[in-house]
Amino acid sequence: MSDTYKAPTMAQKMASGEAPEILFWVGCAGSFDERYKAVTLAFVKILNKVGVNFAVLGDEETCTGDPARRAGNEFLYQMQAMSNIQVLDGYQVKRIVTACPHCFNTIKNEYPALGGNYEVVHHSQYLQELINDGKIVMKEGGEFKGKKITFHDSCFLGRANDVYEAPRAVIKALDMELVEMKRCKSKGLCCGAGGAQMFKEPEQGSKDINVERTEEALQTGAKTIAVGCPFCLTMMTDGIKNKEKEKEVNVLDLAELIAKDQQL
Amino acid sequence: MSSLPQILFLLVLGTAGYILYKRINYILKTIQLGKPVQRNDNPGERWKTMLLVALGQKKMFKNLIPALLHLVIYVSFVIINLEVLEFIIDGIVGTHRVFAPFLAGFYSIAMNFFEFLALGVLISCLIFLIRRNITKVPRLNMVELKGWPKLDANLILVIEIVLMMAILTMNATDQILAYRGVGGYIPLGGLWISSSIQGIFAGLESSTLVLIERAAWWFHIIGILGFAIYVTYSKHLHIFLAFPNTWYSNLEPKGKMPNMETVTHEVKMMLGMPTDPQATETAEVGRFGAKDVNDLSRINLLNAFSCTECGRCTAECPANITGKKLSPRKIMMDTRDRAEEVSNNLIAGKKGLDDGKSLLGDYITQEEINACTNCNACVEACPVNIDPLAIIIELRRYTAMEESGSPAQWNAMFQNIETSFAPWKFPPTDRFNWAADLNKEKSKNSIL
Repeated sequence: MSDTYKAPTMAQKMASGEAPEILFWVGCAGSFDERYKAVTLAFVKILNKVGVNFAVLGDEETCTGDPARRAGNEFLYQMQAMSNIQVLDGYQVKRIVTACPHCFNTIKNEYPALGGNYEVVHHSQYLQELINDGKIVMKEGGEFKGKKITFHDSCFLGRANDVYEAPRAVIKALDMELVEMKRCKSKGLCCGAGGAQMFKEPEQGSKDINVERTEEALQTGAKTIAVGCPFCLTMMTDGIKNKEKEKEVNVLDLAELIAKDQQL
Repeated sequence: MSSLPQILFLLVLGTAGYILYKRINYILKTIQLGKPVQRNDNPGERWKTMLLVALGQKKMFKNLIPALLHLVIYVSFVIINLEVLEFIIDGIVGTHRVFAPFLAGFYSIAMNFFEFLALGVLISCLIFLIRRNITKVPRLNMVELKGWPKLDANLILVIEIVLMMAILTMNATDQILAYRGVGGYIPLGGLWISSSIQGIFAGLESSTLVLIERAAWWFHIIGILGFAIYVTYSKHLHIFLAFPNTWYSNLEPKGKMPNMETVTHEVKMMLGMPTDPQATETAEVGRFGAKDVNDLSRINLLNAFSCTECGRCTAECPANITGKKLSPRKIMMDTRDRAEEVSNNLIAGKKGLDDGKSLLGDYITQEEINACTNCNACVEACPVNIDPLAIIIELRRYTAMEESGSPAQWNAMFQNIETSFAPWKFPPTDRFNWAADLNKEKSKNSIL
């Protein structure tokens, strides 16, 4: 048995007659976004470390259809959804983990209407589960201990699905000082990328939404802004650049925080 | 001779009842311009939501001070209506304070309590007027409130103040007359609040006082009936519609968009998948999405009539906060305005929907709906569970599927998904490249 990290595909698992416990749905940002690919790798390393039997779809994965749907193109969404459901059902997938709240929301809430029924968890929930089960044990006096951190709620995880506690539980496990922004949890301010805004320029206004949100995050005094969404990661990172704070303030995904703590 | 006031009262009551009946019918008909929807599942949860959100005002309490002031007005509205019941019986039968002999000592306690509430309403409405017009709370002074909506809001507050003053005036003069032993007036052992204004009337002749007392009585009851009619024209309908509106709340996760069955049918045919034969018969392929109010659902329209234009949605909207044109409140106001316009057209024997106008375009612009981030902040903020996002989505669907009128960058994104199966233009074969170097790194797997 080799001791390198692995990201087996469903096709490989099936060929070897294995039924993986979970499917890691990587998402388009997780596959293509230069910065966000690091989150995919961090999460895969965590999955490797805890030794869970997982698989990915590899190049059989395609867009869930979420951005098309929120922009009004129901046809395109349903075309995507139905072909994804065919693939997922073909592999008899039962449980899906994804780091993208948009993929999470769509597969969990919207695929059932088209016949796709899976247990879908966001990686923050899965990480919380691993921590609670003692499968991830944080380092004593790890590098984050006592440091200020703020968490930016993703709308599609928070308000859309009422997941507020799981990401916070992950941060607390790191023994960091969580400082909430004024608008947080159900009152959290969007990063500006939801509803397919990620894929176009904003309308005329007085300010960009991500700048407004970044200013609020900076007011907490935290040097780490944690996120649980690829679009939020992009928007907050851009906001930090806009404020010329990129040397002092990091924007990190929850999986990256855990992977760093575990020195993966 | 003595039955003249009774006849007059019956006439007033009958006329008000008739107008109200017509108005309620009008509102129902207007809401029925929308498509019927089935949302009767889980009645237990629906009653609970209605009790907590409408009756219990749960969502108001995110902001304590306006919530408390609003609660005073609301509780008073409900309780003082018990007194209106007495007014109506007195008016019809020709009695005066018909409940007093039955309730004896409790009647005085109740009257004192009502007066206390009336004073509470008076003070609360005054504070609300100050918030609207002097301290100018931002959400109560936005561009979509210019003109009638602002006047409407102020009128409601002024009417409530005047009605409460009428009650106090009536009680003050009523009790002076009672203690002077004027026939028909019942001493109530001192009413704390109205007795403090009795000084104004103390020097007047009993006959003048009777006139003032009667005038106040008539003013109050006609005022209440008039207000009930006025409400049907105003933004104030939430006092009734908050109840059905919260009963028909969306109980699904906020992120879940409803599936379009007509599209499913067509997509299945395109993909050569078996289709539901029943769907073929029932699915009328009308318009995709919404261009006008008849394309929206009846719940969307009920939402619009339930909106009291408080602007909590707009105050939380990230697009609005950063200066974009989108305002979820305006979406609701426009929807109601357009629905009423269509209804009025139909009543006037005109063409209704075919008047050359539509909700999308003439009321709500592309720029507004394009700015929405689907973040659900407006939905979360609404104290009566109105869903502006549901309307925005329908308008976007129409734009994308009927007009191909989405922003160019969205059309490019659609094309990327169609050809590369990702919203960005990357070759699909590169999708798994992120894992290319993974097996070159030594695993720190503690288990191995």
